[in-house]
Amino acid sequence: MGEIVLKQITKSFGDVSVIPPLDLTIADGEFVVFVGPSGCGKSTLLRLIAGLEDVSSGTISIDGKDATRLPPAGRGLAMVFQSYALYPHMTVRNNIAFPLKMARLDKAAIDRKVEAAAAVLNLTGYLDRRPGQLSGGQRQRVAIGRAIVREPTAFLFDEPLSNLDAALRVNMRLEISELHRSLATTMIYVTHDQVEAMTMADKIVVLNAGRIEQVGSPIELYSRPCNRFVAGFIGSPRMNFIEGGEAAAEGAHAIGIRPEHLALSTESGRWSGTVSVSEHLGSDTFVYVQSPEVGTLVARAGGEVPVRHGDRVWLTPQAGKLHRFDPQGRAMSREKVLS
Amino acid sequence: MARATTASRKLGLTLLAWTIGIVIFFPILWTALTSFKTEAEAIASPPSFIAFQWTLENYAEVQSRSDYALHFMNSVIISLGSTLVGLLIAVPAAWSMAFVPSRRTKDVLMWMLSTKMLPPVGVLIPIYLLFRDTGLLDSRTGLVIVLTLINLPIIVWMLFTYFREIPGEILEAARMDGAGLKAEILYVLLPMAVPGIASTLLLNVILAWNEAFWTLSLSASQSAPLTAFIASYSSPEGLFYAKLSAASTMAVAPILVLGWFSQKQLVRGLTFGAVK
Repeated sequence: MGEIVLKQITKSFGDVSVIPPLDLTIADGEFVVFVGPSGCGKSTLLRLIAGLEDVSSGTISIDGKDATRLPPAGRGLAMVFQSYALYPHMTVRNNIAFPLKMARLDKAAIDRKVEAAAAVLNLTGYLDRRPGQLSGGQRQRVAIGRAIVREPTAFLFDEPLSNLDAALRVNMRLEISELHRSLATTMIYVTHDQVEAMTMADKIVVLNAGRIEQVGSPIELYSRPCNRFVAGFIGSPRMNFIEGGEAAAEGAHAIGIRPEHLALSTESGRWSGTVSVSEHLGSDTFVYVQSPEVGTLVARAGGEVPVRHGDRVWLTPQAGKLHRFDPQGRAMSREKVLS
Repeated sequence: MARATTASRKLGLTLLAWTIGIVIFFPILWTALTSFKTEAEAIASPPSFIAFQWTLENYAEVQSRSDYALHFMNSVIISLGSTLVGLLIAVPAAWSMAFVPSRRTKDVLMWMLSTKMLPPVGVLIPIYLLFRDTGLLDSRTGLVIVLTLINLPIIVWMLFTYFREIPGEILEAARMDGAGLKAEILYVLLPMAVPGIASTLLLNVILAWNEAFWTLSLSASQSAPLTAFIASYSSPEGLFYAKLSAASTMAVAPILVLGWFSQKQLVRGLTFGAVK
């Protein structure tokens, strides 16, 4: 029931084209994350789906029906905003009840649904407070409550966690994932945080300058990025790219290797260099190595590795983990094809 | 040392503020005092400040010569009426300019403000003729219309400034929640803008209450507000300062009381965008 299909969608503001023609199908019940750097058009795309912006051309269908010209209220979608966008003059109860009042439900049904939503979101004790009297996490829950009472066709989330502190963000991430599992409703989630994207998504859409670079499951994007942009964007720390002789030896314009696929040794290896910075997290050690042959590389070693600034180390890429890219940045087959 | 400087600076500023306040308030105080003097003492030179024969005869005289209640009601109806009609027009106008601005929105706002720079007397004749031909002369309806038009730019500007402070995302949330335009304005925008709307309402009631040019030019007796009531004591029978002062005090008192009780609201309203 919650399938959303975008066909040849474009959006321009005046002469500036923000979204070039774009096609995308979001299956019913899927958790799709739009991810990309600031200004890549991910929020605009979400607002086009929501109906808060009009498309310049193309069609949007929701549930098999053409929704291109429908107002936001007519699309059956619910949205959670980055700023929460709660109604400051209403109590939590009235905030959650607002969409139901707009739908002209009778009072008993409204009360029942509000109480049920509040119970799910641990807000029962706060129903008579105003948003100003709540913490950030509670406000976000109210915003989610306002969205779920409507039982929408799909949920739209616009960077909902970016105003929360790190610990709360991890909690809310889990709560939203659990909500998705229990409701099994289509969710579209916009973020610039690739960790959120990787941990929550069934399917990630990587956007860059309004274009879709790649669509796939988190692991697909991680292990088989279709170009240098996706390869660099997914994964943290980002993939190391090497051009020049070393790449030519692999038959490519550039090669890429993820930090976790570089073996670090203090004795021998393929590329030698000196440690410029080492970050010790306990669970991992990130080592930044200046190599005269290939430039700066980042390696990620599991556990604690006792290297310090100035140490001489060697790095060796794991077999089969090298990514090869052509001059246009497109991914080539993994291993050099012997001719 | 720094502390001493701050203290003396504070004292200086306090004295300056009091001086300015007294200079501004003095004419009102003098009018009120004069209203309790006899006509002879009112024009006596040198004037006496408080050591005069206090009398209420001017008030009795004014009350017996003209119908204060009628003029007071006219003032209330005209100032409240023009403000409410103005708000009805200005709320949707300010909404569209604040939340769906076009490339010309700034120009429209400036153009509206520029009409306040026109000397009113420049359009007196055409408006007078229009009113004469449509039977609006000396009618409350006519004065409500003209004062609405005069103050509309200020109402739109003030509301526009308040509305711009309201995050657009909240209105978008209302739209997503199924609110149509009417529900969005009625249940979300207006309740959030209540402080701004209240100060706009207050300021415009005061401006309309005090407006004298149009009310004097377009009213004669039946629709004449308190401004015309004051003026009637200045011209035909020569100058009677004490009676004129009594009439002025009676005309100014209601709005002075209103202003006094709402001064916090007014100050907050007028500095809303600046100090938030």
